[in-house]
Amino acid sequence: MTAADPARERARQEARALADRLAHGERRAIAQAISHVEDGTRVGRHFLDLVYERTGRARRVGITGPPGAGKSTLVHVLACLLRREGMRVGVLAVDPTSPFSGGAILGDRVRMPSATGDDGLFVRSMAARGNLGGVAATTYEASEVLEAAGFDWILIETVGVGQSELEVVELADTTVLLLVPESGDAVQVMKAGIMEAADIFVVNKFDREGGDRLITHIETALQLADWNREGGWRPPVCPVIATREEGVDEVRQEIGRHLAWLSGDRERLQRVRRDKIERRVRVLLRRALVEGAWAMAHIEERLQAEIGRIAAREVSPYRWVEKILRGWRYRTG
Amino acid sequence: MGKKIRILVAKPGLDGHDRGAKIIATAFRDAGFEVIYTGLHQTPEMIVDAAVQEDVDILSISVLSGAHMTIFPRVLALLKEKGAADMHVIGGGIIPDEDAEKLMGMGVGAIFGPGTPTTEPIDYIRDWWMKHHQEQDS
Repeated sequence: MTAADPARERARQEARALADRLAHGERRAIAQAISHVEDGTRVGRHFLDLVYERTGRARRVGITGPPGAGKSTLVHVLACLLRREGMRVGVLAVDPTSPFSGGAILGDRVRMPSATGDDGLFVRSMAARGNLGGVAATTYEASEVLEAAGFDWILIETVGVGQSELEVVELADTTVLLLVPESGDAVQVMKAGIMEAADIFVVNKFDREGGDRLITHIETALQLADWNREGGWRPPVCPVIATREEGVDEVRQEIGRHLAWLSGDRERLQRVRRDKIERRVRVLLRRALVEGAWAMAHIEERLQAEIGRIAAREVSPYRWVEKILRGWRYRTG
Repeated sequence: MGKKIRILVAKPGLDGHDRGAKIIATAFRDAGFEVIYTGLHQTPEMIVDAAVQEDVDILSISVLSGAHMTIFPRVLALLKEKGAADMHVIGGGIIPDEDAEKLMGMGVGAIFGPGTPTTEPIDYIRDWWMKHHQEQDS
């Protein structure tokens, strides 16, 4: 644990080398840095520490919605649009991990035919790896890698979500919620959760039956909620047919308007960002504390030793947890 | 957390037969791998570009069109060009034995023909992984 720890010093050197290659725009270095961050390696942590000061300038947009709503297609069309504006675009596309095998099919590239040879576009698929909030536990850090690599915009596509997977809101400056005409009636759109999280609504596949009705429902719900969100941002509702690229220009304009609104009040913008970073630090610290305590108190071994008796109803899980906690308190004095 | 085997499953060429690629992608998922599935009609340039961005360990390429003697060498050359020659390439599809021999001489790790049980490439990948992967210290 001292500065002379050779493994630690090696990890530092590797992280430094990775940061240098990243600064020279080497695409493989970007990809490898994301892997380190995803795998939670020591190199990854040193790397994030090294590049932290270079982050915080990109515009981060979250794209969320139910499975099959057209998220990948919209992300692809948006990315192309931004590229035509000369913006460098990084995409993080998250797909679910199987809780049974731990494997995953990451299929978002099927709908994102990558412009080969375009250094201004970088697309990375991420498996959720057990995280249930719609993104991976390390998607935030992956976006910091892309920011450090100099991308102006980061588009974050969530897994197909239900009503309450909202973590993307913590990662993004602007959250776009995609729905389809079949997405629900007036009561569905009044429910708490994801409908409250959207800064921009997109009704995709608008050529299908029911699109106008859904827009009316959303707008009514927004009025009922009196939408007194701070500073009075009223989420717009955009009809879109992403496969034909119809309406995507308007989505791009609305994202721009939202970002302008966000930064219109410097104090508010700083407060919002500070709050998000504070919550992020809490998440990181909590994760580190749990992992650290878990290892230090040999909890895994003790659980394995006791689980049979707990399952046989010989020991109650409540008493066992209490016992672990008491031992922990004693140990830490 | 910890390292996962990441594998790109690609189907180059103009034919639309991706059933085999989909079966193998699903088998890899069930084996616990993270499978980046790119879909049909991929050029070697697209395949290598995707492999680099996704930082995969292995590229699994299915060729049924008879173009294997152009596609595999091109993929290997592009990987070298992009500084990613350490990524491992395996193949499947309809490839005559003598061609498979030649491809393996060029650096393709293994070729799996039609009717191969899916456990075979999975065992092969796990063995390769054990031999080549140094555990990252975390």
